[in-house]
Amino acid sequence: MPEYEAAIGMEVHAELLTGSKMFCGCRNAFGGEPNTRCCPVCTGMPGSLPVMNRRAVEHVIRAALALNCRVSPDARFDRKNYFYPDLPKGFQISQYERPIGIEGWLGIDTEAGPKRVRIRRVHLEEDTGKLLHLATGESAVDFNRSGVPLMEIVTEFPPDMRTAEEARAYLTKLRAVLTYIGVSDGKMEEGSLRCEPNLSVRPVGSAGLGTKTEIKNLNSFRAVYRGIEYETARQIGVLRSGGAVAQETRGWDDARGQTFTQRSKEVEQEYRYFPEPDLVPLQIDEEWVDRIRRAMPELPDAARARFVEQYELPPHAADALTQTRATADFFEEAALTSGDPRAAANWMIGDLARLLNASGTEITDSRVSPRHLADMLALMAEGVISGKMAKGIFEEMFATGVSARALADRAGPQVSDTAAIAAWLEEAIAAEPRVWQELCGGDTRKQGYFVGQVMKASRGKANPAEVNRVLRARMEGA
Amino acid sequence: MADLHNLTARALGALIAGRQVSAREAAEAFLARIEVADPGIHAFLTVTREHALADAAAIDARLKAGERPGPLAGVPVALKDVLCTRGIRTTCGSRILERFVPPYDATVAARLAAVGTILLGKANCDEFAMGSSTENSAFGPTRNPWDPERVPGGSSGGSAAAVAAREAPIALGTDTGGSIRQPAALCGVVGLKPTYGRVSRWGLVAYASSLDQVGPLTRTVEDAALTLNAIAGRDPLDSTSADLPVPDYTQACRAEVRGLRLGVPSEFLGGEVDPTVAGMTRQAVDTLCEAGAEAEECSLPSVTHCLAAYYIIAPAEASSNLARYDGVRYGMRSREHAGHIGMAERTRDEGFGDEVKQRIMIGTYALSAGYYDAYYRRAQQVRTLIRRDFDRAFERYDLLVTPTSPTVAFRLAERADDPLAMKLADICTLPANMAGIPAISVPCGFLEGLPLGLQILGKAFDEPTLLRAAYTYEQATDWHRRRPPL
Ligand SMILES: [Zn+2]
Repeated sequence: MPEYEAAIGMEVHAELLTGSKMFCGCRNAFGGEPNTRCCPVCTGMPGSLPVMNRRAVEHVIRAALALNCRVSPDARFDRKNYFYPDLPKGFQISQYERPIGIEGWLGIDTEAGPKRVRIRRVHLEEDTGKLLHLATGESAVDFNRSGVPLMEIVTEFPPDMRTAEEARAYLTKLRAVLTYIGVSDGKMEEGSLRCEPNLSVRPVGSAGLGTKTEIKNLNSFRAVYRGIEYETARQIGVLRSGGAVAQETRGWDDARGQTFTQRSKEVEQEYRYFPEPDLVPLQIDEEWVDRIRRAMPELPDAARARFVEQYELPPHAADALTQTRATADFFEEAALTSGDPRAAANWMIGDLARLLNASGTEITDSRVSPRHLADMLALMAEGVISGKMAKGIFEEMFATGVSARALADRAGPQVSDTAAIAAWLEEAIAAEPRVWQELCGGDTRKQGYFVGQVMKASRGKANPAEVNRVLRARMEGA
Repeated sequence: MADLHNLTARALGALIAGRQVSAREAAEAFLARIEVADPGIHAFLTVTREHALADAAAIDARLKAGERPGPLAGVPVALKDVLCTRGIRTTCGSRILERFVPPYDATVAARLAAVGTILLGKANCDEFAMGSSTENSAFGPTRNPWDPERVPGGSSGGSAAAVAAREAPIALGTDTGGSIRQPAALCGVVGLKPTYGRVSRWGLVAYASSLDQVGPLTRTVEDAALTLNAIAGRDPLDSTSADLPVPDYTQACRAEVRGLRLGVPSEFLGGEVDPTVAGMTRQAVDTLCEAGAEAEECSLPSVTHCLAAYYIIAPAEASSNLARYDGVRYGMRSREHAGHIGMAERTRDEGFGDEVKQRIMIGTYALSAGYYDAYYRRAQQVRTLIRRDFDRAFERYDLLVTPTSPTVAFRLAERADDPLAMKLADICTLPANMAGIPAISVPCGFLEGLPLGLQILGKAFDEPTLLRAAYTYEQATDWHRRRPPL
């Protein structure tokens, strides 16, 4: 039985952060009452004409540069013709023959070391509307999203990625780059970042590529990871049992953790591309590109190196804190305000990340601000609250947005009173005299047990340093 | 003032500005004329009587208040029904848009309103501007004012007939392959297709975006110049509109033609062109030479491929531009339908006429993956060759002179079953659209009692020289003074 490996390519659509839509003045924003942000242009009314949003083009040039692409001086828009009720003009304005960015790459870290994922093209297109299926059984269309500028980033073929882990690293890095340069907010759950992996498997060592499938409707990096894992195993299973993988588009059922056939691709969709006659070709001269290049902000790799150097963070922490621009900005503010970068980093990678994840919140929407975190670190340094109290306070800050100081006041001060701590300790010894003997007999692992009991009895308010001191004194006395 | 409808726009505007005639009287005179003449002509699809009278009253009030709103204030106009008008239905001569009322004005409509013209109504046309006879209107054909048994030409046949029949002093048409100039020639009026990009296309319901241009149909060259002054110029809503200053076109008319070099391309004087028509073109060239111009025969070898290339590019763009008529958002929706695709299919089948369907099919075919290179790309190459031919010719000549139409107006239904013969009606006019250059048609004689046009072509954005030659010719002849027997 041969060993199999996967070849994974990726198409990513990123909504661009512009004030207005791609070809009209309508506001570009998420959500809202259906059809409150549309005009004759974005609904394709007769006689309407597109006018290009220069900012959207600049964003794509910025992304192309950040992804090490060449910028085409004579990029152009094309029409992609197909019928769908959410496509108001019967065609989508996109880029086909001459995209803005071509032939780039993005560096990722893999278990085997750093790797380059080659990028084939970065282009600009408009989003379509959204079909709504009403309770009455009728269908309606919401055009709020119609004409929203989308950037599409397509990896090179044959694909460079081999594992779900690499695909996740690629997406994480890509999102970091896009948010760092300010072209996208990277919010997958709002659809501003949409990923479609395509995948085939082949025996290790074989030169050709197998039949590929494409996975749609993935709305988190976790789903992408699981989808690729599942699909890789499925395809290998098909081949091992002597079957053939069908070329098709597959959906992702997150609850069941499975992909399923969406539609088989027997006929290639006919898009009848041709140059968009209502827009003049883009002329992207050197000067424009240079101006954008000079104004380029720091990229995640540079930020990561700087964090290691400037704040003396371990590389893995710097890595975690540069996954989005918002995370990095949060960290820098907390680090500088508190004067304790390491503690700030630890709290962010630990508790904050955990709470954000569990509640599905983006860091930009977090009720804990960098100042909140810095205040809490200050309270700990002053000895006003213990580490254990801090954990509770942090969770409450996250839930309510109330400041650490206000929460600490409410909880009352830390107890350093030797007599009170000694009393709690005696209670604990009385409850478990055998354990106490084991500790005194040299089993120092039991020390933690008694510290914990005292903390519990004090409802977390006992000063841990004082508890340790009292404990040691009692052991020597015993 | 019983004969206000016989006045040119310039003359009528002067009377209104001088307050010898009120805008209301002018509007009423034309509305009355429409009532009398239009039943036999069918130049109008919609007459906006109330709008016209209200707008005329507003102009009269401004004049009374001492304002001097310009030479076209109070002058009535008609707009081809492919130009959007806010609150007024815009049908494009199609069932599919029979009840479509745009919530916005075409830029040309807004600009005409801004200089004080009065909208009389919307003129008939071939469905979505596809045709050369105005027989392809879903609402019935327009008839030629010179002979009601004949076509007015197309696709701006309603606009041309309205001006010829004195139902409006000015009408706007659109020209994709000759749709202003050819009906102007067949109806004996002046038709001007400006340079591509000179006039905004915002609100012009697209047929073939890279070829379409809006322009005036008038009875005199000077009126065409006046109208162009009102509608030309950069429009931020149309990114293909040129950001160039707008010269005074009426001033340009006055300049002499002495020393102008005219090229007469031999390709337009043989083949499909009626020998009598060719002869009249030569006579017209002689007239211009008598006024001081110099002329010689020249050649534009690529124009022989123009018709073939045009009938790939225009339908290709049309197939895409017309995809939006699917019954989802506006216009007609078929009652019988099953599912999304079924609804679009039925709506398009019931809503579009045969000519439109045929062009959509041709365009779809020409753009499909296996045929793109053989058809669309090749047609674009021919287009480049045509442009080069013109560039070369304009190195030697200031203007080129040709017939506008190879024949006089044909009979209604005469060419209905012969699509090629129908399309040949545009062979003289197509090259200007393919090259994007300006061209004008002026009356240059009669054959069997039917008018013929002289076409003058100029360099891109050189409308002043074009108008100067056309005006000189017009002043030297009196074809434009003849009236149809109505
Ligand atoms: Zn809009």
